[in-house]
Amino acid sequence: MTATTAPVRLGGRGLRHELRAVRVVWHRDLLRFRTDRGRILSSFAQPLLFLFVLGQGLGATLPVGTFGDAGYSTFLFPGVLATSVMFTAVFSAISIVWDRELGFLREMLVAPVGRTSIVLGKALGGATVATLQSVVLLALAGLVGVPYDPVMMLATVGLLFVVAFAITALGLVIAVRVDQIQTVMPRVQLLLAPLMFLSGAFFPVSGQLPGWLHALALANPITYGVDAVRRVVLSRVDPSIGDSVALHWGSWPVPVWLDVVLVAGVGGVLLAVAAWMFSRPE
Amino acid sequence: MTLTALGTPSGEAGTGRPPAVEVSGLVKTFGDVEAVRGIDLSVRAGELFGFLGPNGAGKSTTIQILCTLLRPTAGAARVAGFDVVRDRTEVRRHIGLVFQETTLDAHLTAEQNLRFHADIYGMPKAEVGPRIDAVLEMVGLTDRRRSLVRTFSGGMKRRLEIARGLLHSPRVLFLDEPTIGLDPESRAGLWGYVDRLRAEEDITVFLTTHYMDEAERCDRIAIVDSGRIGALDTPSALKASVGADRVRVRTADDDAAEALVRERLGVETAREDGVLVVLAPDGERFVPRLFELGLTVRSVSVSRPTLDDVFLAYTGARMSERQAAAGGPARSPVAGPAGGRR
Ligand SMILES: Nc1ncnc2c1ncn2[C@@H]1O[C@H](COP(=O)(O)OP(=O)(O)OP(=O)(O)O)[C@@H](O)[C@H]1O
Ligand SMILES: [Mg+2]
Repeated sequence: MTATTAPVRLGGRGLRHELRAVRVVWHRDLLRFRTDRGRILSSFAQPLLFLFVLGQGLGATLPVGTFGDAGYSTFLFPGVLATSVMFTAVFSAISIVWDRELGFLREMLVAPVGRTSIVLGKALGGATVATLQSVVLLALAGLVGVPYDPVMMLATVGLLFVVAFAITALGLVIAVRVDQIQTVMPRVQLLLAPLMFLSGAFFPVSGQLPGWLHALALANPITYGVDAVRRVVLSRVDPSIGDSVALHWGSWPVPVWLDVVLVAGVGGVLLAVAAWMFSRPE
Repeated sequence: MTLTALGTPSGEAGTGRPPAVEVSGLVKTFGDVEAVRGIDLSVRAGELFGFLGPNGAGKSTTIQILCTLLRPTAGAARVAGFDVVRDRTEVRRHIGLVFQETTLDAHLTAEQNLRFHADIYGMPKAEVGPRIDAVLEMVGLTDRRRSLVRTFSGGMKRRLEIARGLLHSPRVLFLDEPTIGLDPESRAGLWGYVDRLRAEEDITVFLTTHYMDEAERCDRIAIVDSGRIGALDTPSALKASVGADRVRVRTADDDAAEALVRERLGVETAREDGVLVVLAPDGERFVPRLFELGLTVRSVSVSRPTLDDVFLAYTGARMSERQAAAGGPARSPVAGPAGGRR
């Protein structure tokens, strides 16, 4: 008897295959985002509170002209965009712990792809989902006196994507080796709140802050993301505003491109750390 | 106990080809729990290999090592010719898995789960559609392909998982209690498909099960207990190893018949509820000899040891404990061997 072996074609190898794996992991996050209406709606509660309650409430106490032509709500808008992106991104990242608990992670772990591809797919997925949500918030721009300028809007979305990517990567570093959601939740909250309050989302960093607070804010990578978004948005609201709202290192205003490089760089390093942690044998 | 069939391939399939699975001295400990304590085995290409043992015997742990999810504490293993530690990606390209616990994404549809799998395994794009149709058809889920998996019953999820494990035409398929929770029809459907796959694609199947009829289908069986292999052979050899066939005879005069049988045929006899039982190595061939003695036989029946008896002999537990568990306290012996040593 001869063994009749049907020509079975095995799956691909190499970079193209890895990229396909990145794409499908990313795509899954988008599919799940679409079916997860509850999460989408509830995630708007916090930014709306910040924007309208904090914005109007605190704004009423500030002297006119503090931020050029922009009111406090307008100043706050970029910060709220960035912080809302932070929350969505980090929760997207820690969904990998759910995947582990509910079993689906195994489906990815036994697949013939590198761990780096899985982590990269997850980071891009989290970043995309977070950015998509921020687009909905961005639609409220008119309510806080920000004009609907397509170029500014596109630039903002791009910047928010970079911030979201870095935050997702951070979330992955925290979550990638954890096997229980109750373990990861407290760690995330412990980290997110300081990152948010020290980011300059709610008040200008370079100004009258006490030295220790100023130093902490400058050490927070999110600060640079908020700065970039704010400069892009406010320069369109009041073109004469110049560097007055900019983040400064000493007396030197940090250019927007450097903001972007810093945030993206931190994101890249965090992603590499997450991939390394994920690849270590269990 | 001996590893009877190790290294003695019984001909036909697999001659000259490297073994599909080769395990030597495999050990895995979790802290001070020794889940696997030195397993050696070799599965021939094309074989349907059964891995049987009571709960906690180390079956799933062994499979997780073979599929590169866990690192062995000691020992080595090769799957499809590749080392499970050094050539992990190559091993993964060649294997398909149905884990004991579900690994589906409940928030995706059946088809989305399958497409994810096709992509992450790098299946040629043109083959994906037809192959998905085929596996969905096989498990009878064609009309539910667009439903979210969380709306599926337990059995439907299991069927989808099996379909997914087969999607990318693996060379070695690991099935860890694949038919748990399936109704008889779905089980039959699965086995029909596995048989076809084995015939058409020459696939090797590494199976764990607690069902006797599924164990019966295997070419060879290893019985594991507390992380060690107690016996490894074909089902019929294993059955022969635990005892003779039992021939129950009713005659006109059982006492006379018993004496005659003992004296003339030199075999053991016993009484079970007053009925004469003759213990013979090959019961069916033995029956004519009863008539040759000139006995007035009223009825005769032959029973052989089952795999359940084999299982009991090597592990001290009943194999079908899961089925029995519903009816009574049959689980209790299971805790014995695994629990005792810790
Ligand atoms: N991740 C782990 N950490 C600690 N102990 C583990 C782990 N995985 C398995 N074990 C232990 O290893 C032993 C073998 O478990 P395993 O899952 O391999 O058994 P099994 O033969 O598959 O049993 P079952 O028939 O119940 O599926 C058990 O004692 C189990 O408690
Ligand atoms: Mg198991």
